[in-house]
Amino acid sequence: MPNRNPQLNADGALTHLLTLEGLPPAVIRQILDTAVPFVGIAEREVKKVPLLRGKAVFNLFFENSTRTRTTFEIAAKRLSADVINLNIGASSTSKGETLLDTVDNLVAMDADLFVVRHAQSGAPHLIASHLIAKGRTHVHVVNAGDGRHAHPTQGLLDLYTIRHYKGDFANLTVAVVGDVLHSRVARSLIHGLTTLGTAEVRVIGPRTLLPAHVESMGVQVYEDMRLGLANCDVVVMLRLQNERMKGALLPSAGEYFKHYGLTMDKLAAAKEDVIVMHPGPMNRGVEIDSAVADGARSVILPQVTFGIAVRMAVMSILAGA
Amino acid sequence: MSAAGYRYGRDAIGTLEIRNGRVIDPASGTDRHAPVYVADGAIAAIGDAPSGWRAERMLDAAGRVVAPGLVDLAARLREPGLEHKATLESELEAAIAGGVTSLACPPDTDPPLDEPGLVEMLKHRARLINRAHVYPIGALTVALAGETLTEMGELAEAGCVAFSQADTPLVDTQVLLRAMQYAATFGHAVWLRPQDPYLARGGVAHEGEVATRLGLPAIPAMAETVALSTIFALVRDTRVHLHVCRLSTAEGVAMVAAAKREGLPVTCDVAVHHLHLCDVDIGWFDSMAHLVPPLRGTRDRAALRAGVADGTIDAVCSDHAPVDDDGKQLPFGEAEPGATGLELLLPLTLKWAQEERVDLASALARITVHAARVLRVPAGSLAVGAPADICIFDPHHAWRVTPAALRSQGRNTPFAGYELVGRTMTTIVGGQVVFEA
Amino acid sequence: MTTGLPDAEGTLHELIERMRPAVAYDAAFVGIYSGGAWLAERLAREIAGDHPLGFIDVSFYRDDYATTGLKGGTKRSEIPFDVTGATIVLIDDVLFTGRSVRAAINELFDFGRPASIELAVLIDRGGRELPIEATYAGARLAVARDQNVVLSRDAAGRLSLGIEPFRAS
Repeated sequence: MPNRNPQLNADGALTHLLTLEGLPPAVIRQILDTAVPFVGIAEREVKKVPLLRGKAVFNLFFENSTRTRTTFEIAAKRLSADVINLNIGASSTSKGETLLDTVDNLVAMDADLFVVRHAQSGAPHLIASHLIAKGRTHVHVVNAGDGRHAHPTQGLLDLYTIRHYKGDFANLTVAVVGDVLHSRVARSLIHGLTTLGTAEVRVIGPRTLLPAHVESMGVQVYEDMRLGLANCDVVVMLRLQNERMKGALLPSAGEYFKHYGLTMDKLAAAKEDVIVMHPGPMNRGVEIDSAVADGARSVILPQVTFGIAVRMAVMSILAGA
Repeated sequence: MSAAGYRYGRDAIGTLEIRNGRVIDPASGTDRHAPVYVADGAIAAIGDAPSGWRAERMLDAAGRVVAPGLVDLAARLREPGLEHKATLESELEAAIAGGVTSLACPPDTDPPLDEPGLVEMLKHRARLINRAHVYPIGALTVALAGETLTEMGELAEAGCVAFSQADTPLVDTQVLLRAMQYAATFGHAVWLRPQDPYLARGGVAHEGEVATRLGLPAIPAMAETVALSTIFALVRDTRVHLHVCRLSTAEGVAMVAAAKREGLPVTCDVAVHHLHLCDVDIGWFDSMAHLVPPLRGTRDRAALRAGVADGTIDAVCSDHAPVDDDGKQLPFGEAEPGATGLELLLPLTLKWAQEERVDLASALARITVHAARVLRVPAGSLAVGAPADICIFDPHHAWRVTPAALRSQGRNTPFAGYELVGRTMTTIVGGQVVFEA
Repeated sequence: MTTGLPDAEGTLHELIERMRPAVAYDAAFVGIYSGGAWLAERLAREIAGDHPLGFIDVSFYRDDYATTGLKGGTKRSEIPFDVTGATIVLIDDVLFTGRSVRAAINELFDFGRPASIELAVLIDRGGRELPIEATYAGARLAVARDQNVVLSRDAAGRLSLGIEPFRAS
């Protein structure tokens, strides 16, 4: 029964990145600080540093995502690591190989780091616990998104972005808008913001898209978007997936846009120097208006650049543990 | 005490004397030190020896409690069909190692217990193995599909003591009504687990702060209370004897209490795990804590504990469900729910009693006479003439739960590593010693 | 403070006198953080010519990552000029095993292909483990292996040298 936080090893160093929940603020700050020098790598002729040379990074994606996988691949290659992509999906399960069997086989092939995306909350925890139980202390797991639970690298790059444009978190009001219920991005960001002492964190959405007891995560709940955006420094828009209409959670994208879509008009309630973020990919006209997405307050494109640097920072901290 | 292993088998059915033990028989209110005399598979006397008594075998129960063999209202034996998880042999060994001498098994085998032939075979196998008494619960509908009634009369004759849907929801309320009416006609008991399938759809954990933080699809407490409302309305109309299986919410306890006050013929049980654990015990997605019904909040746990103490909840059961490693070594939501429990029913019940300051006899009642009453079988008591099904346990013995040392084929328990107090030392079924620690 | 250690400002003066007649007019001065960076700033100010200034952090190129991991405090390397074809003077405070310089050279080559690299150090304390030598050295010093020579800078910008016990990370 794993009682200790499996993310930290016996020396208190980060050995797996599974969730931002429960990470000491110093560890989060260390990752953000380490990402700073990595941002400059993209401007060099040789966009690589040799830190992970000779290491094998396996992208274990049980849930498809070209976008996230590509970002991790770029990050790993910029660290000079060897990258192998495995789109498990149906292949292993059809052969009857269990998740942990797959992991064991790859460890036998000298995997050093697993980047795992899975549709089930807790899958990366299972893999990390398994590795710990087998004494494989030099194999590390990065959670690239598990079910609704966590997407810690996204949370970190969002924190990096906010810090880059706004400085310290202590005086900020940050609003997270949309389908919080199903969003691992939202959960990770909320944990990161509260851990770093953000003054006020708000969630905005219709009741059907807000999880029960969400206040216990340290947020204020707003069902009215204009009220929720009042005086915000940062607005983070979440993607609304098409399936939500089928699950009787929402009647239509149009009605959603009317009440919860970010337009210039609604944004006016926030502070003048507000920044607008989105984890991507965007549904223009559903959760966000093109005028805002392409406007002066949007930092959506820089988020992507920061994302590679943050992932490089995470992998180099883990692989050096 | 012997060192390793235990002896079991066909002791001669003769005379057996148990000396120096503290005899607790909740059914009769007995709680005193006295010898117990067993002959011809039955309790011959307690206290004064029968005339002409000569013991062929003597058991010394000094420092131990001599209690009726435990009665467990829900223990999955996995036969027929699920032998890769467990077999009758392994699970009945687990039962007697836990002091359980009578147990009811739910109909969710493969195929489900919806035909007399299956039930007869099960009973026959159990008799041959000659350990604990097995009381099958028959399927309420064919294949548990919720459409056609089973031949309850035939199944009862084959040995079924009640009828249930196990964990499969019966969605069609008209079919449910008819099933209850039919069962009531013949005096059969219907056992139902109250869970509305739509509100519970997709959920794997209790709707609360823990599920929200962990991003686990949730089952609201309403899934239980909505189902209970429906069930009680139907009971009010049909007057069928209805047993509510595995209560899990505080509101549910209140509803059962109200139903009993109203005079509805309702009983209920709780799984012993829910008296101790709550959703926080999921910890880091520990699939051992993936149970149905889910582990709920601390308020719910407190209400369940109080409900057992004040009698709203009639009996405590193990809800024994052995699951193989492959079934548990999966992400939480995909893992098979259930925990092995036959060997932990006694110590976990004692733990609840000690923490709630309930006396030993009352605690034992919940796993002996009250359970037997729900089951409507002659078990759970040490009355003169009753079958000699006896559990001799040491109420002070502390031991650590080690999954590998459990006799059940299922090693899946959220109590792994816990230190518990209370251990079965000797189990007697029908006058034979079948287990000695 | 410790006897036997030269005065940093005086040694810097010696180094400048050696470099002034020899460095190219347009040589770039690239200092390795932190001591080398301070020195690079001073050299760029005091040696006439057009000397682009750069700073380099070698954390990502060290050879001890496998044993000690990433230490905190990594700074961004700033090379605001085109390395390809450049004449570079790499500057560090203390030359010891030569491993930091090896890392710095590797990093510079990831920015481009320089025309040449010279090495200027304030203190050469011997103990080389790689075939690397300083083109310009302020002073040579013998130091016990279990001790570190450390350059510090006060609020007014004055440099000074000190000795510390070697701390394994």
